[in-house]
Amino acid sequence: MDRSYIARGLERCTTRRFLMWLLPWTLLLAFGLYAAGLCLFKGLNQTNMDNRFAFGLWIFLDLTVIALGAGAFFTGFLVYILRMHELKAVINSAVVIGLVCYSGAVTVLMVDVGQPLRAWFTFWHPNVHSMLTEVTFCITCYLTVLAIEYLPLLLKNRRLRQVPSFLVFEFELHRVMYVLAGVGTFLSFFHQGSLGGLYGVLRGRPFAFREALGVWPSTFFLFVLSAAAVGPSFVLLTTWLVEKITGHQLVERTVMQKLGRLSGVLLIVYVLLKTIDTLVWMNRTVPGEGFSPQQFYGFEPFGVWILFAEIVVFGLLPAVVLLDARRRASQAWLLTAAGFACFGVALNRFVMTIQTLALPTLPFDRFLSYWPSWQEVGTFLAVVAYGVLVYSLSYRYLILFPQERDLKAR
Amino acid sequence: MAANKSARYGMVIDLDRCTGCGACMVACAIENNVPPANAKATERTGITWMRVHRLGNGRPFPDSRAVFFPILCQQCGHHTPCVAVCPQNAVEVDAATGIVDQMPQRCLGCRYCMAACPYHARYFNWWDPAWPAGMEKTLNPDVAPRMRGVVEKCNLCHGRLHRAESKAAAEGRRDIAANDYVPACVEACPAKAITFGDLADDQTEVAQLARSEGAFRLLEKLGTESKVYYRSERPWVHQAVKSGIGKEPQRG
Repeated sequence: MDRSYIARGLERCTTRRFLMWLLPWTLLLAFGLYAAGLCLFKGLNQTNMDNRFAFGLWIFLDLTVIALGAGAFFTGFLVYILRMHELKAVINSAVVIGLVCYSGAVTVLMVDVGQPLRAWFTFWHPNVHSMLTEVTFCITCYLTVLAIEYLPLLLKNRRLRQVPSFLVFEFELHRVMYVLAGVGTFLSFFHQGSLGGLYGVLRGRPFAFREALGVWPSTFFLFVLSAAAVGPSFVLLTTWLVEKITGHQLVERTVMQKLGRLSGVLLIVYVLLKTIDTLVWMNRTVPGEGFSPQQFYGFEPFGVWILFAEIVVFGLLPAVVLLDARRRASQAWLLTAAGFACFGVALNRFVMTIQTLALPTLPFDRFLSYWPSWQEVGTFLAVVAYGVLVYSLSYRYLILFPQERDLKAR
Repeated sequence: MAANKSARYGMVIDLDRCTGCGACMVACAIENNVPPANAKATERTGITWMRVHRLGNGRPFPDSRAVFFPILCQQCGHHTPCVAVCPQNAVEVDAATGIVDQMPQRCLGCRYCMAACPYHARYFNWWDPAWPAGMEKTLNPDVAPRMRGVVEKCNLCHGRLHRAESKAAAEGRRDIAANDYVPACVEACPAKAITFGDLADDQTEVAQLARSEGAFRLLEKLGTESKVYYRSERPWVHQAVKSGIGKEPQRG
């Protein structure tokens, strides 16, 4: 039925089967939209956040999703700026992942704020000293860049190509792709960093507060680095997952290994800097604020194990595996290490968001726990469903993996 | 007191006098049009610009001792945590009074300021404000109620400050009289545990008390230069405050 929309030479499942695949995700999206609607119309009392847990599941997952979506800017940077042409095999997929991650995160943020209709106030009355202002500006601009980067993919659709003006427009867009990649890298650098800076500047939260390097706290640089490190890993994992679901080989194995190696190199640098940062925090920052680091790890379940897990188990370990060419050649090792790396960054975002807020700061304060409400979970599931739907539609009707046709012919 | 000079309004709360009666909390809520708590509100979602906490010495009877700690916005004067983080300048420190002002009409409700505040003195409107029928007639006309989805906090009874300034202007004075500007909590405290005034004026009682032995500020090492001081003659209180988040963590 929709064959005329599918690019020549690509093998896709029947329309009926595709619709069956979309159905559960559409239902999940509808459920999530209902949950988000409750939060928008009845207010944030539908969540389990409170005056102490001012941030919850949404901010934690937003930060994680944005870090994982960093594959878009980083792959773009590698392909268009550093001219690593072999990564062209995944750049289209990376752009779709980035678009999905960023647009999903921004949508959840709109539900997360108490007065979404006042979002434009940040542009009208910006506080240039606030990390959140930087985040808002950069994410909005970068989402626009991603949408523009997505356009050439869309215009390459078999049907749309029949419109001559679209072809010309797509050609023109390709010419500025290097500029867009550069702008995207610049914007991403700042908002990934500002997201880290959000916590690093919190002088009143000694667990999160970090020493400044220039005008930015160290978490600014750690967030940039960790996002760049796991971006390729997430692209790798997504590509593998799509291969498994569709039953087609989509990229050369060497591309997967290259992505793994890139993740490994950046991850080891991140682990090194994160270790130095933790030591400085323990020996200088925290004592300077009148606390001792042990005080923060005396509250179950957030013991020292979480720091060990973050740096060693989900940082150093995957980095070592990804740097070893022999291990990287094994798909099981490669995928496990990439999964560990992604989980490590998610754990870092969890620690920065949830552990920071759970910890007491005053002598009569209590350590508090928080569990998200079904409306919070549902809203985020809507983002997951939306992501799967956009990616599925893009995979079916657009050329996400340029090597797919050649690999099939072989 | 001069409203047009650089005043630094603040207070000293004598913990040895505070009985924990909560009159300050009630007076604050009535003065500032804080609505009655929603039926579903909890200790963690209710709005109490001033909240009285209990701090014990952690020892068993008969050695057990406790003080009550009224916590309100500490009116930080330096590195003010909430001011720097607000993305749309909805929080500012008034240079003329030193009061940290919250502008609910500009607040996005992102709650970043709440995450930044180490004193947990900021509150979010999780519900639409609602008063039982007839009770809205008791609302203070000098204070605007806040809507759902915005953050609010103590502003040292800004409505009262404006009233005092208006009175001074009507009487042809530039300065406001000390007695004309007294926050509701100070006025309501039956034990006279709260002393309020201009900390920048060395002659005021509050400035002298703030410099007296036994006076301290919470989380002093953070360098926030808060303008709410506490006072106690009891060494264990000082010890407990210095130890930060306590030696024996409570399990969550």
